[in-house]
Amino acid sequence: MPPILEIRDLSIHFVQYERGFRRRRLPVIRDLSLTIQPGQVVAVVGASGSGKSLLAHGILDLLPYNGQMEGSILYQGEPLSPRRAEQLRGDEIVLIPQGVTYLDPLMKVGDQIRRGRKDPDSRARCTAALQRYGVGPEVEALYPFELSGGMARRVLIASAVVDRPKLIITDEPTPGLDAKAAGRILGHLRELAEEGAGVLLVTHDLELALTIAHRVTVFYAGETIEEAAAQDFSSSAGLRHPFTRALWRAMPQHGFHPLSGAQPYPGTVDTGCPFAGQCSRCRPDCVQTQRIPLRPWRGGAVRCLFPEEEASS
Amino acid sequence: MGRLGHRLRFAGKKLLRMVLLLFGVSAVTFALMAASPLDPLQTNVGQAALGSMSPEQIAQLEAYWGMDVPPLERYLSWLIGALHGDFGTSLLYRQPVLTVIGQRLRSSLWLMLTAWILSGVLGLALGITAGACRDRWPDKLIRGYCFTISSTPAFWLALLLLMIFSVWLGWLPIGLSIPIGMDAASVTLLDRLRHAILPALTLSITGVANIALHTREKTIDVMESDYALFARARGERPLAIAVRHGLWNVALPAITLQFASISEIVGGSVLVEQVFSYPGLGQAAVTAGLGSDLPLLLGITVVTAALVFAGNLAADLLYGAVDPKIRRGAARS
Repeated sequence: MPPILEIRDLSIHFVQYERGFRRRRLPVIRDLSLTIQPGQVVAVVGASGSGKSLLAHGILDLLPYNGQMEGSILYQGEPLSPRRAEQLRGDEIVLIPQGVTYLDPLMKVGDQIRRGRKDPDSRARCTAALQRYGVGPEVEALYPFELSGGMARRVLIASAVVDRPKLIITDEPTPGLDAKAAGRILGHLRELAEEGAGVLLVTHDLELALTIAHRVTVFYAGETIEEAAAQDFSSSAGLRHPFTRALWRAMPQHGFHPLSGAQPYPGTVDTGCPFAGQCSRCRPDCVQTQRIPLRPWRGGAVRCLFPEEEASS
Repeated sequence: MGRLGHRLRFAGKKLLRMVLLLFGVSAVTFALMAASPLDPLQTNVGQAALGSMSPEQIAQLEAYWGMDVPPLERYLSWLIGALHGDFGTSLLYRQPVLTVIGQRLRSSLWLMLTAWILSGVLGLALGITAGACRDRWPDKLIRGYCFTISSTPAFWLALLLLMIFSVWLGWLPIGLSIPIGMDAASVTLLDRLRHAILPALTLSITGVANIALHTREKTIDVMESDYALFARARGERPLAIAVRHGLWNVALPAITLQFASISEIVGGSVLVEQVFSYPGLGQAAVTAGLGSDLPLLLGITVVTAALVFAGNLAADLLYGAVDPKIRRGAARS
């Protein structure tokens, strides 16, 4: 059985016009690769501004008009062309967006979930989908501004599962929710995976992602720097990239050690390792090498010239 | 309280605001006219005629134009009369002000209404088209048109149309609202329409630009919004999105624009009617202003201000009908 989604060397860049005439390419995602098997939750973890949301939009062929994409995306073993993406999105491939701004402010919730269909079957499925997440049918008659944050999130999930999707892409499903509500939302996602769907979880919250993800892809300045299994995160020693280890150490239960410095904006680092500015193990080679490839390493993958060994701490 | 109470309070507040506005507008108009250097006698009677008159005759005329009464007293007596529904008598037309305004408004109303509807519908359609085709040729064409028209004075455009359609092509009359030298009884509706085409067209052409440009911006906002993206992610087609989500969301600002444009059309009609010698309210306002016909000018000012205010009020009320935040918010408070 082929993977649900297979992304190979995906790059996304924007074309900008400087002073009206000169075209400039602004890369936001470089050489991203990931694979999602049926029933699997794959998390893409990165800081805000690292281009994660664009990945979600790119798969659905929903980039802004000046966005361009290179590389290959295979859906169930076949190339996901813009045409195919257009046919599949909303039915087999669904997006669970960040928040209530993704609902039309002037349309009732029920009408939006049903996408304008009014037949009894659509109505029943809409009510059932909401029911599944503990949202009563009275909510269908509400406008988005009348929903609470947690309610809006559940409505958005319900909107995604009205038709049985095979691939669920979710973009930051938890911000603004308390730990209990966030846990519940993630539980719903896990459940969808257990029913056989592939779930791509895009988030900045490593800790929450680890509660449901099977595999984790770490994003730094628009690049995949590590691909690991969730259980690799049980100890710092299982991780491969210095940044991932720094992320691990920054988690509350691992000492809450912050990493000093800031991530460069995507596209501002042309040569060498983008993490060089923040890396404690940076060597001259790291800055001088043109392009550091993502390579397989201990059952995962890493983009580092001198990956962390299992023994080092 | 509930819904009705809220509505009543809203209406009461608006009514009070309108009274204050009309009062302020009339006071400012009066003050400007009182400070005007125009001598009503010289303007309306003429230097030569004045020279041949006896002092008694001149004093009589000064009394007719109200020059012997202090301004404040004149304003107060006008105000008291106006509060009783008596707006006085036009000094130039020698008819009650309300009668003159009624006649003028009737011929202007068609003009303004046509221009208002035409510019609103065309502006909305062009704006949505431009916004949906952002940066492609329809957008560039529409934007080019709007910028050109926005930077063209209305009277100049009126003269241009007059030159092309009346002078060169001879298709339409040069001015007035009915043919010259024709018995009023034998004037047909077609005659009136033919005379109203050019002024209405001028007003519409200028009105379109503003509405189209604003609608375009809003359409772009909607098409780039999170909810439009999500609608696409759920497999809705661009055209369906524009109709299902775009139209309502664009309607909100469009309503405001449409009703705010009443003031622009009233203002524009003053110049346009002047160019076409069209006997409407705008032309009467110019005549009254230049001829020191204070009662008529005050009457016209108050009536047009009320018209503009009514337009904004209608926009506010319609907003409540379209926007669920206002509708449901109002119901709850």
